[in-house]
Amino acid sequence: MLLLECPYCGAKCEETELSPGGEAHIKRYGPGSSDQDFEAYLFMRENPKGVHFERWRHVYGCGKWFHAARCTQSLEVFGTYAAQTFEPPQEIKDKISAKRPGWSWRDFS
Amino acid sequence: MSQVGCVVTHWIVGNEQDKGIPNAQSKNRIRNHMRRYSAFAIAREGARYHTGWERAWKSPEPKKRYDAIIVGAGGHGLATAYYLGKNHGIKNVAILEKGWLGGGNTGRNTTIIRSNYLQDPSAAIYEKARSLYETMSQDLNYNVMFSPRGVMMLAQTEHEIRGYERTAHANALQGVATEFISPQRVKELVPIINIHGPRYPVLGALWQPRGGTARHDAVAWGYARACSNMGMDIIQQCEVTGVRRDGDKVIGVDTTKGSIDCDKLGVVVAGHSGVLADMAGFRLPIESVALQALVSEPIKPCMDVVVMANTVHGYMSQSDKGEMVIGGGADGYNNYTQRGSFHHIEETVRALVETFPMISRLKMLRQWGGIVDMTGDRSPIISKTPVENMFINCGWGTGGFKAIPGSGWAMAELMAKGASPLADEFTMWRFGEGKFIDESVAAGVAH
Repeated sequence: MLLLECPYCGAKCEETELSPGGEAHIKRYGPGSSDQDFEAYLFMRENPKGVHFERWRHVYGCGKWFHAARCTQSLEVFGTYAAQTFEPPQEIKDKISAKRPGWSWRDFS
Repeated sequence: MSQVGCVVTHWIVGNEQDKGIPNAQSKNRIRNHMRRYSAFAIAREGARYHTGWERAWKSPEPKKRYDAIIVGAGGHGLATAYYLGKNHGIKNVAILEKGWLGGGNTGRNTTIIRSNYLQDPSAAIYEKARSLYETMSQDLNYNVMFSPRGVMMLAQTEHEIRGYERTAHANALQGVATEFISPQRVKELVPIINIHGPRYPVLGALWQPRGGTARHDAVAWGYARACSNMGMDIIQQCEVTGVRRDGDKVIGVDTTKGSIDCDKLGVVVAGHSGVLADMAGFRLPIESVALQALVSEPIKPCMDVVVMANTVHGYMSQSDKGEMVIGGGADGYNNYTQRGSFHHIEETVRALVETFPMISRLKMLRQWGGIVDMTGDRSPIISKTPVENMFINCGWGTGGFKAIPGSGWAMAELMAKGASPLADEFTMWRFGEGKFIDESVAAGVAH
């Protein structure tokens, strides 16, 4: 059972109050992009055993989308942050580095 | 293997010892061939106080090199190795397992076997698997307790009726014996069911009379014994830590028991496929999530078919021990925890209690989770990879157990010959090409 804090309304939510939204920070490719980019955007996913970034929606609350940094092996939550960003804030990355030295995820580390 | 040879070997053992009951060491003697299990064997071992049973498979140290290495000693991996040896004569094979044999999803599923899929490539491979289950106990000389008791998938909405009628017609064309049955027939087959709802009344069901269950551990153990008997090395507690490449070609693996070379590498690791692909330097269209199951306390026989209810998301059968075996929902987010979220149990049990009111007072004995590898179209990947001579068999998601023999058959053919009619449609490149084998709608949720 996950507990995530909604970065917008501050509510500490238990997971049934939320809706999982899959991988975070996916760059969207559309018409005119290469087949490879389009395939990767639609189907290829990071599937790490460890540090992961994903989207959640506070569906039975304020209704907003936010991001979470989480460990898929221990379910430890490193932190949550607003969705209006292309990469995790430094503060979140520092928290992860303190607990998982040497981590990397796509181009982030 | 001959019965005579075994008896002679036993005499030599007997002569080495004092008179009386042979001590435990005799059963650890290494033989080239296993003894067959039979009624005669039971009588023979009974006559000597059951001290002569051998280990079902050997536990050797890894050699420096193999013709083929299979990563993952679950059902699919062992079946792949078995058919490599049996169908293609490739017997210099190692099967590497990081934990214990059959301890992953092979030992965590709800043992359901069926082949009533909508799409032709799915029906072909699942029906191949189901037909191999029919004779598996004889083929492997190991009782896998295949029980073709019948599988029904309940239609509880108008949409499901249409979907299952369509599947029944598709199955008729594919040569898979299924039919759409009425609610009254459902009630006859499953007297404990409540067909009147109120929320989700039973409106009919897709019925496959030769579907059923098998003992999942025995499937892995039977294949392991047969592989070991062909001279293959099953190496447990040996985790692969790296995939070694020479350019674009695989040349071996690094493991916790040292480096091992191979000509061909087959990766059959279910939930950890993404981890292995990462080691080899490519990506897969797969996400891993926890899927849960649970069993009740054992009760008297009350339901002799398998019932799946996909709309309300639960499925149930009764084991030979009398436990009600219940499968439920998968987590909605990536994880590798082998536990799963608690609220899925509530959802599953809540739905099943409405359909089977008598289970409301059952105590649940155990709950567990397995890590399932989900693809975008909910169909598996049996495929070559961007790395030459490396093959992958994964993406079975929530429904791999039923496919074990067919999956092994296809994967072995792919590894031996470079192509397999059963596997051709299941390449990892089908997503980019838009050639999905879309079972995510056809099969509902549960597999």
